[in-house]
Amino acid sequence: MPETKFEPWKDPNEKPLIQFKNVSKRFGTFTAIDNQSFDIYAKEFFALLGPSGCGKTTMMRMLAGFEAPTEGTILLSGRDIAPIPPNKREVNMMFQSYALFPHLSVWENIAFGLKRDKLPADKIAARVDEMLKLTRLERFASRKPHQISGGQRQRVALARSLAKGPKLLLLDEPLGALDAKLRQDTQFELMDIQEKTGTTFVIVTHDQEEAMTVASRVAVMDEGRIVQIATPDEIYEAPNSAYVADFIGDVTLFSGTATNRTPGAKTPVMESPAVETTPEEAETPETETVETPEAVAEIGVPAEPEAPVAPETTTPAEPKTEAAPAKPAHGPQPNALGLWLHDKVWAKVFGPRTDIVRQLPPPSDAERKPKPADPETVSTETTEIPEGGITIDWAEGQPPLIALDGPEVEDGQHVQLALRPEKIGISKTKPDAVNALKGKVIDIAYLGNLSTYHVELENGTMIKAQLANTRRISRRDITWEDEVWVSWTGTAGVVLTS
Amino acid sequence: MRRLTWFNTTSLTLGFAFLYLPMIILVIYSFNASKLVTVWAGFSTRWYGELLQNQAFLDAAWVTLQVAVVSSTIATVLGTMAAYVLVRAGRFWGRTLFSGMIYAPLVMPEVITGLSLLLLFIGIGLDRGVLTIILAHTTFSMCFVSVVVSSRLISFDRSLEEAALDLGCSPFSAFRLVTLPIIAPAVISGWLLAFTLSLDDLVIASFTAGPSATTLPIKIWSSIRLGVSPEINALSTILIAIVTIGVISASLVSKRQLMRQEADEKAAVRAEA
Repeated sequence: MPETKFEPWKDPNEKPLIQFKNVSKRFGTFTAIDNQSFDIYAKEFFALLGPSGCGKTTMMRMLAGFEAPTEGTILLSGRDIAPIPPNKREVNMMFQSYALFPHLSVWENIAFGLKRDKLPADKIAARVDEMLKLTRLERFASRKPHQISGGQRQRVALARSLAKGPKLLLLDEPLGALDAKLRQDTQFELMDIQEKTGTTFVIVTHDQEEAMTVASRVAVMDEGRIVQIATPDEIYEAPNSAYVADFIGDVTLFSGTATNRTPGAKTPVMESPAVETTPEEAETPETETVETPEAVAEIGVPAEPEAPVAPETTTPAEPKTEAAPAKPAHGPQPNALGLWLHDKVWAKVFGPRTDIVRQLPPPSDAERKPKPADPETVSTETTEIPEGGITIDWAEGQPPLIALDGPEVEDGQHVQLALRPEKIGISKTKPDAVNALKGKVIDIAYLGNLSTYHVELENGTMIKAQLANTRRISRRDITWEDEVWVSWTGTAGVVLTS
Repeated sequence: MRRLTWFNTTSLTLGFAFLYLPMIILVIYSFNASKLVTVWAGFSTRWYGELLQNQAFLDAAWVTLQVAVVSSTIATVLGTMAAYVLVRAGRFWGRTLFSGMIYAPLVMPEVITGLSLLLLFIGIGLDRGVLTIILAHTTFSMCFVSVVVSSRLISFDRSLEEAALDLGCSPFSAFRLVTLPIIAPAVISGWLLAFTLSLDDLVIASFTAGPSATTLPIKIWSSIRLGVSPEINALSTILIAIVTIGVISASLVSKRQLMRQEADEKAAVRAEA
């Protein structure tokens, strides 16, 4: 990863490689793509993310040339690609089913596109060998597709689509058919290959973790429209709508009416000693350079200053490691017993579970601050609440929530406050925090490096709080049915007005 | 597996006897030395020798072979094209009608097909001969080819063709280089089916054949009317032998291919581990 930040979308002089201009696509009366305009830049790894049926595949098929837009134009390097048939476009696609030719060997599959260009035989051979080397398939060159494993097939498909050196490579759910462990390895391999070849990648996926891991920018789609295009950390830390906040990662949403705290003083509050959550600053290159999930955990979590750990450890609570389902996940998930069994027994044989580590948040603002030597001395929070911001009345009998930054709102406007679980602290005594609510621990999901606490407030609202397990299990004191306080700073949440 | 009970053994024997006893009798009598078909007079290959001298039979065999090869080849080309369009072209106006019309000749009585073709050939003034038999056979066997090929095309992953287009193929070369090699087994079995149908067709051929060209089934049929000759027994035995060898070798080839594929897959699994 280069030292300088790769952000062509911020450079007004940069020419986009692909431009969608008011593109719509309708199938009969069904609108698959609804008047969308956006740019993709050269060398980007651009992810189209959304649930199935949101139009992301249609978008990709229009780029490949298998569908034509009903309205609007798509430009590739400034030229309208509508009249160019798929076999003449400098765009190649990796299919979800891989679409390897079963009657040809791995070598012939990769050479297929080069042969269509009528290249001399020695050039074809050299290029195929280069591709085999890039995807580590040299040993399998003479095998037929049915004689190799799923992961190898995936690499053949990638090599075949890269062989012609396209300007743009489209990947349609490229890792969907792989198992979890292989998928994770392959994500990093994909990023590696994308860097080595310098090709622009557009990936279509419904897996938010995959999109966050590989992409330089993510476009979150819903029903034919792009809801937000931003870098993974921006999408996570500053979602522009409840839909995006909910689709990406875990979130607790509070709905209520806003009131400006000191009308007229709209300047962003800078005195807050704790943190600023402005997305630009939260952005760090580490998002993409992180090599192992453990590294994410290290920079992402322990230094969370607004997570006051209860200072005194009273009774060494009996460690209950029975874990609750980690989150509403996609696809079949192990039940509590399965998770427990894995952590207790299988982990020794197969290693720790792979499905949970990827739920870790990307590096947050916290990493810019020096790590406190001892987590027990973190409580530097002041009771003095800075001026400005808004209060949100969200429930009867509950104190209003305070958000110190965010968009300008009018008094009485309906807003939502989105809170990520790792931004919420949990403690047994009432903490010195801008926002503090009382509740009871209903569930604890022990994830090894983190624990997620499901806290039920007195009015029944469920809040998810995440705590880094910086201590050994025996020293942790919060357990089931405990009365606890959940707290967060004035800048921890994101105020959503749409 | 359960042992064979006396009941199962009996029904198996009776069933196979019902199917194959007539043929066995035919084969045995083809080696009869006597000219009388129903009287056994010792073993002899005399009728095989006489068959090779019988110019009329040899001519008819030659015509039949020509008709079968040419008509099944044309039927395969046309039937594959029809199947491809009906499966691939998506929903166009009248698609259901067309696909229904492709299947209709399968259930049409052969007499009607033969008669209508005869009327057509007379109407356009085409002299009946080898050409008219080829045309007639192409017409009805094309439907069979189209049914066989379209059932293969339905399960064919369309993204394979899209991948070929994506890698720079024109639509025609995508068909030639990707689709055709993959559906080749279905196309070949369609050809074989058409070939067999043409080989043993009597009804349609008798409507469309003229005095200049007679196929083997017509020849056999007409000579039976003059009394069964041992020569026909010999001819039928030869046909049975050809068909048997063909069927057995085809199944052996496909079985070997399957075994090799399985072995390859096992090898691949081992290489991964």
